[in-house]
Amino acid sequence: MLREGQVRIPSGCAISGIMNKKGKCFNGGDIINSIAVMHERSNGLGGGFAAYGIYPDFKEYYAFHFFFDNSSNKEKTEEILQQQFIVVKSEPIPTRKVSSIKDVPLIWRYFVQPKSKLIRKINLTEDEYIIRFVMTVNSELEGAYLFSSGKNMGVFKGVGYPEDLGDFYRLEEYQGYIWTAHGRFPTNTPGWWGGAHPFALLDCSVVHNGEISSYEANRRFLEMYGYKCALQTDTEVIAYIFDFLKRRQGFSPEMISATVASPLWQEIQKMKPSERKLVQAIRAVYGSLLVNGPFSILVGSKEGMIALNDRIKLRPSVAATKDDFLYVASEEAAIRAVCVQPDVVWAPRGGEPVVGIVEDMTKPKYSQREEKLAINS
Amino acid sequence: MKSYILPDFTIERDNTRCNNCRVCIKQCSYEVHFFDKEAAQVCAEEANCVNCQRCVVMCPTRAISIRKNPNQMRTNANWSEEAMKAIYVQAETGGILLAGMGNGCSHPIYWDHILLNASQVTNPSIDPLREPMELKTFLGRKPEKLAIKNGKLKESIPPNLELEVPIMFAAMSFGAISLNAIKSLAWAARQEGTFFNSGEGGLHSDLYEYGKHAVVQVASGRFGVHARYLEEGAAIEIKIGQGAKPGIGGHLPGEKVGKEVSETRMIPEGSDAISPAPHHDIYSIEDLRQLIYSLKEATNYEKPIIVKVAAVHNIAAIASGIARAGADIIAIDGYRGGTGAAPLRIRDNVGIPIEFALAAVDSRLREEGIRNQVSLVISGSIRNSADVVKAIALGADAVTIGTSALIALGCHMCQKCYAGKCSWGIATQDPNLVKRLNPQEGQRKAANLLQAWKHEIKEMLGGMGINAIESLRGNRLMLRGLDLTEKELQVLGIKSVGE
Repeated sequence: MLREGQVRIPSGCAISGIMNKKGKCFNGGDIINSIAVMHERSNGLGGGFAAYGIYPDFKEYYAFHFFFDNSSNKEKTEEILQQQFIVVKSEPIPTRKVSSIKDVPLIWRYFVQPKSKLIRKINLTEDEYIIRFVMTVNSELEGAYLFSSGKNMGVFKGVGYPEDLGDFYRLEEYQGYIWTAHGRFPTNTPGWWGGAHPFALLDCSVVHNGEISSYEANRRFLEMYGYKCALQTDTEVIAYIFDFLKRRQGFSPEMISATVASPLWQEIQKMKPSERKLVQAIRAVYGSLLVNGPFSILVGSKEGMIALNDRIKLRPSVAATKDDFLYVASEEAAIRAVCVQPDVVWAPRGGEPVVGIVEDMTKPKYSQREEKLAINS
Repeated sequence: MKSYILPDFTIERDNTRCNNCRVCIKQCSYEVHFFDKEAAQVCAEEANCVNCQRCVVMCPTRAISIRKNPNQMRTNANWSEEAMKAIYVQAETGGILLAGMGNGCSHPIYWDHILLNASQVTNPSIDPLREPMELKTFLGRKPEKLAIKNGKLKESIPPNLELEVPIMFAAMSFGAISLNAIKSLAWAARQEGTFFNSGEGGLHSDLYEYGKHAVVQVASGRFGVHARYLEEGAAIEIKIGQGAKPGIGGHLPGEKVGKEVSETRMIPEGSDAISPAPHHDIYSIEDLRQLIYSLKEATNYEKPIIVKVAAVHNIAAIASGIARAGADIIAIDGYRGGTGAAPLRIRDNVGIPIEFALAAVDSRLREEGIRNQVSLVISGSIRNSADVVKAIALGADAVTIGTSALIALGCHMCQKCYAGKCSWGIATQDPNLVKRLNPQEGQRKAANLLQAWKHEIKEMLGGMGINAIESLRGNRLMLRGLDLTEKELQVLGIKSVGE
């Protein structure tokens, strides 16, 4: 049977996200408890987490998380990595044995800095350089999959129920100010760790519930701009769309949501002239980046978290706030599981983004009592 | 010279029904029916019949039916009756064989080998009766990047045509078709938020009120082109070629050039209007760029420029050149596209199917990273709304319809448009025939056709789980090929059914 990436596999899902607007860090226990409530929405074939603020001691370095099929794949990859990057630390990502998590690949992380003279030579920005490297590894290197490439953040994912994977990855030992999670219900049995969510590129991570019907239109547009959709998943495409609009076009979260889940024409007609002109131009120029069909997504970045639904809300999402915390999940129960009495709970309308911005993202606040991170010592 | 040509059709008149009312005589513009005083009944000169169906439809007692001449020549798979008849005609006339409308050869119709997708379980279909379903389409150049400052658009995007439905009426000139036919299409275009196209016939003074919905054409004969004409249109189309007759020009015979056609085209009454095969100021791509920019200069960069070409073998590279020459919209017309008159051998043998041309061009422009900068409009036998959906999924922004629009106005595809005797009042300038097409009725029918297709497109989109047409554009995963070779699937860029 073809592996995911060689074939497109639709799936349904559960998602959850928690962030602290003040940048105060908290451990992964809550996000595991939240996603665990929605056990029924996944089927044990994929789960994962993204966490921001977890590597303060290495925050200047790109944290590369890799899956390797075997040690020879790992050696080959490391050889290439050494050529292009200064690797300040490499180690297996700490895990613990969990009976339900099987067929575990080699899971390693590397804290790296690109060799500056190489970047200068090919005249790219550092971000572009990293993206190219990620694309090359994932589309060309056999048995190696680079699934997390941001700074001071990391993705932890695999095949299994998300709560079991959270346990497996010892997430309660990490401190982050944004956590997102995903439980997957694919309609097929890929059994491949790389296919799980979140999907991430640089510090942008996406968890997604839905099956987008605009996939091919989105993919073919992105490929004009050098993105290689190696995985054939909706999530990958959404991550690239966010990267393209945010990094290359300089769009604000509101403008991104006006592209990805654009207002209906009947709504656009009612807007103020200047706003109407802008949104109309966005739809005319970036219509191919409209994401169509059912979706509910959570996009994390070091600056914050955006939750967004398709325009006619064909997938559930509920949001809540409590003090400095913002919660978004597929079901209200997943919020109440970790926050019994939120200040406000609401169901965002289709196409209406929930934007959480970390107020001072330069200084994530780590609590005094707890260990900073779970780096192997 | 004794003619060997047998009539194509026989006319069967049910004499138990015929009451000799003589409607058929009045209706037939080809002088088929006549009243035989000796026999005291209506008879027919079958050799003149083109099977336009006018008498059949108009006969109050339904007494007439027209059949293919049942006479059979000796069967020969190589020398068909059609092939032999063509030789008889040429032996008797020494001329080029003429044909009207599009290529009707029995080549595969690729639209019919492409099937559409629908959502089941993992993705809900959307009901257009209950949910919004958006077909609005913008045609024109798109910038590489939007200039935005403080949440406001700093610089407007280049001029774009705004379509409420991704279907426009194809270029058909006043001269080739009647003013009533054009008025019908112009009104329908305005009513439904789309565009009609002047063809190379200029814009009759009655049509200026529809200027905001007109694409005005500049073709190799430059007929009817003047400052106001360019200013009045919503977009300007440079016509390089046409699917029915790639590589050759046009010829409107002098007998069709009456007073009004003469005034509109700015040529003497009764003179032949001959459009040269090439534009004599465009012998290369850089010349095209000059004409594009001359027209942009002339209209203050306020209108998108369309360049229309026929689908020929090297269409992908040609389209790329056109995009780089500065065209805002590329229009490609496939080998089944219609015409008022074309040499038969050219119509039936030159060019390629639009399905392949479209797929090749869309893929090529994407490979070059310039697909989003230009719009792609295709034509060349769009027969129904499913063809429209398939074309957009293959990569078109919009389509144009000519033959389908004329059929809506009453055309019965007798394919004798070049004879100027169109009994339905469409492809004629004979005042007695022109008035048969009531523009009020014509406009309603043309608008109804757009309405009907719009509803059907929405249903198909909803079935796929899509609620805006832009998510269909180039979405080839929504297509599967049936009964196609590996190579055909590869060029079309679609998977096989079952894959």
